[in-house]
Amino acid sequence: MITQYIFYFFAALLIIAAGMVVTVRNPVHAALFLVLAFFSTSAVWLMLEAEFLAIVLILVYVGAVMVLFLFVVMMLDINLVPMREGFARFLPVGIIIALLMAIAMGSVFTAIYFNGAHLDVVTPTATDVNNSRELGKLLFTEYLYPFEIAGAILLVAIVAAISLTLRTGRSKKTQDPSAQVSVKRADRVRMVKMKSEKKSG
Amino acid sequence: MLSDIFQWIQGSILSPLVNLVVPELFQDEALLLLGILVKIVAILIPLLLSVAYITYAERKIIGYMQCRIGPNRVGFFGYKLLGLGQPIADAFKLIFKEIIIPSGANKTLFIIAPVLSFAPSIAAWAVIPFDDVSVLADINAGLLYILALTSLAVYGVIIAGWASNSKYAFLGAIRSAAQIISYEIAMGFALVCVLIAAGSLNLGEIIEAQSGSFLHWFWIPLFPVFLVYFISGVAETNRAPFDVAEGESEIVAGFHVEYGGMAFSIFFMAEYANMIMISVLTSIFFLGGWLSPLQGVPLLGSIPFLSDHGLIWLLMKTSLFLFCFLWFRATFPRYRYDQIMRLGWKVFLPITIVWIVIISIMVVAEIPPWFN
Amino acid sequence: MQKIQQYFQSLLLWELVKGLQLTGKYLFKRKITIQYPEEKTPMSPRFRGLHALRRYPNGEERCIACKLCEAVCPAVAITIDSEQREDGTRRTTRYDIDLTKCIFCGFCEESCPVDSIVETHVFEYHGEQRGDLLMNKQKLLANGDKYEKQIAEAREKDSLYR
Repeated sequence: MITQYIFYFFAALLIIAAGMVVTVRNPVHAALFLVLAFFSTSAVWLMLEAEFLAIVLILVYVGAVMVLFLFVVMMLDINLVPMREGFARFLPVGIIIALLMAIAMGSVFTAIYFNGAHLDVVTPTATDVNNSRELGKLLFTEYLYPFEIAGAILLVAIVAAISLTLRTGRSKKTQDPSAQVSVKRADRVRMVKMKSEKKSG
Repeated sequence: MLSDIFQWIQGSILSPLVNLVVPELFQDEALLLLGILVKIVAILIPLLLSVAYITYAERKIIGYMQCRIGPNRVGFFGYKLLGLGQPIADAFKLIFKEIIIPSGANKTLFIIAPVLSFAPSIAAWAVIPFDDVSVLADINAGLLYILALTSLAVYGVIIAGWASNSKYAFLGAIRSAAQIISYEIAMGFALVCVLIAAGSLNLGEIIEAQSGSFLHWFWIPLFPVFLVYFISGVAETNRAPFDVAEGESEIVAGFHVEYGGMAFSIFFMAEYANMIMISVLTSIFFLGGWLSPLQGVPLLGSIPFLSDHGLIWLLMKTSLFLFCFLWFRATFPRYRYDQIMRLGWKVFLPITIVWIVIISIMVVAEIPPWFN
Repeated sequence: MQKIQQYFQSLLLWELVKGLQLTGKYLFKRKITIQYPEEKTPMSPRFRGLHALRRYPNGEERCIACKLCEAVCPAVAITIDSEQREDGTRRTTRYDIDLTKCIFCGFCEESCPVDSIVETHVFEYHGEQRGDLLMNKQKLLANGDKYEKQIAEAREKDSLYR
């Protein structure tokens, strides 16, 4: 009974937060509301006993992706007035797109695969099932190829991003910390022993 | 032992109380919630006390390493008692100070930021096993939960830096965010090694997997990862020598320049709570948590009290790492920012990735005494 | 070979361990803290503390208002007005030292031809209200009377080196 109340609380929180993401003017606030939305989503998932997914959602999206997002958004100095200038001009296009999306989303429920007959009711499995173990087994057996392909695509993306931004050659004026760190005292200082000179006269 | 005490509290205090006050319909739920509440309090109060007294230990130990004696005046009831009253006096001072909100600051976020930095460091304690039965939430994905919560700590810092509307605070926040994210990756990979070795994400099972003797603990097969994890932990908590986020010599105090009084001290407490957290986790992952080091040792292992597993061993291992935190602070000069990034990305990350391969081979080959 | 050795040393944190060893050793060294109000460090006879104006043994004030101290004071903390007394000698009517400006360099003491303005060994003074640290002639002379024994003793000890 309590769990139902908790579900409704987080579901409402999720909807409110998601609404705020698109309506709030300050981009930083919007990003923070998105964080809140992720949180409530993961709470809802937790109630489905999908603890692995819930925690990974927080770990990956809240802990890493949104931090980088905030990072960028905080650095931007967005002036809101010029941004809102074209609002009336783009309104018709916006409405059309919104309508199209609404139709697409609505049609999903009338499509063959989603019309309820094929939809299983989600039932929580027995509590002793370790769903991180189950997911791992699936990922490395049945879905091994998609998993590896996704990994390869991400790798390509990383390499591309780095090669686009990496500047080498003459324009590079940076220190090389590894060379600096590996310096020993013997490379820089030479201890010399000398006899003290006698006072003349 | 801990669970016996809890049983007694639940049996002789909570259930009569619930029977008396709560209507019959909700009694079961109320008892459950109250039980959890009692456990939370039982974890939190010692935690907050140790946070207070780590500040004292820090000042004493660093003082001793610098040939000073540290705080020794404030005591209780007119007795100096080696200055043991100092943290309490500090707490009172901070409570009664005014919290100044800068005029250009974003008020809500400015107030929320300290809370956001403190909350995850407390919440992470939910999955820590204190002995073989006492754990608040014995969840399957305990290790992931810990990772998720430690990654949340950065929000307090970022929001504090942004909401303060001050360049120093912002610079500190940016440095800290970059640093925490970088070291989290090394830390995550280090934990992957641990979970491969233990074959479980549950902290209790990770400890069980290390039982045998102190040679069965994971610090031997995972030695480089052990070092990487602990050093990343130091970096993750923004402690010296990785405290560029505070960097008092160049950016005054970093993300908490604009904070005063209790708001500042919440940040302070979060830092120390995180230190304790990292120390506890290191001892759980690599030094066998509440396992007794004397277990399995030929002669000493038969002594009845010393060879028993229990909370006391976890506390001793934790104190060892906490001492290391303070020792580092007394010893090392602050890293330069690019050196920190190099260490995280170019040294720790490769080491952990290589060790994932090595540990996987060891596990598959069932190398004794750890993996047979 | 040396490269490899260096590599392993850095992996095993050799240098860091050496540093930790040093601080670890100091943890057990004797502590040199002075517990201030109960213990005090020894003080040189040349110590420069609170100022005082001295008198001759017959009770006549020494200062002849030559204003050398006023001129030499690098912090411009001294202000002197003077007047001829009935007996024809020149004396100060006003001798102010602003202790909040003073940097305790001791130049006034060195420049004084009659050993009038001196700095005592008192360093634990304080002011309770605004103006308490602005010394005037009365206060300075009172200081001199109060600490005369100590001042004379310190000068006696230091006389060999002056």
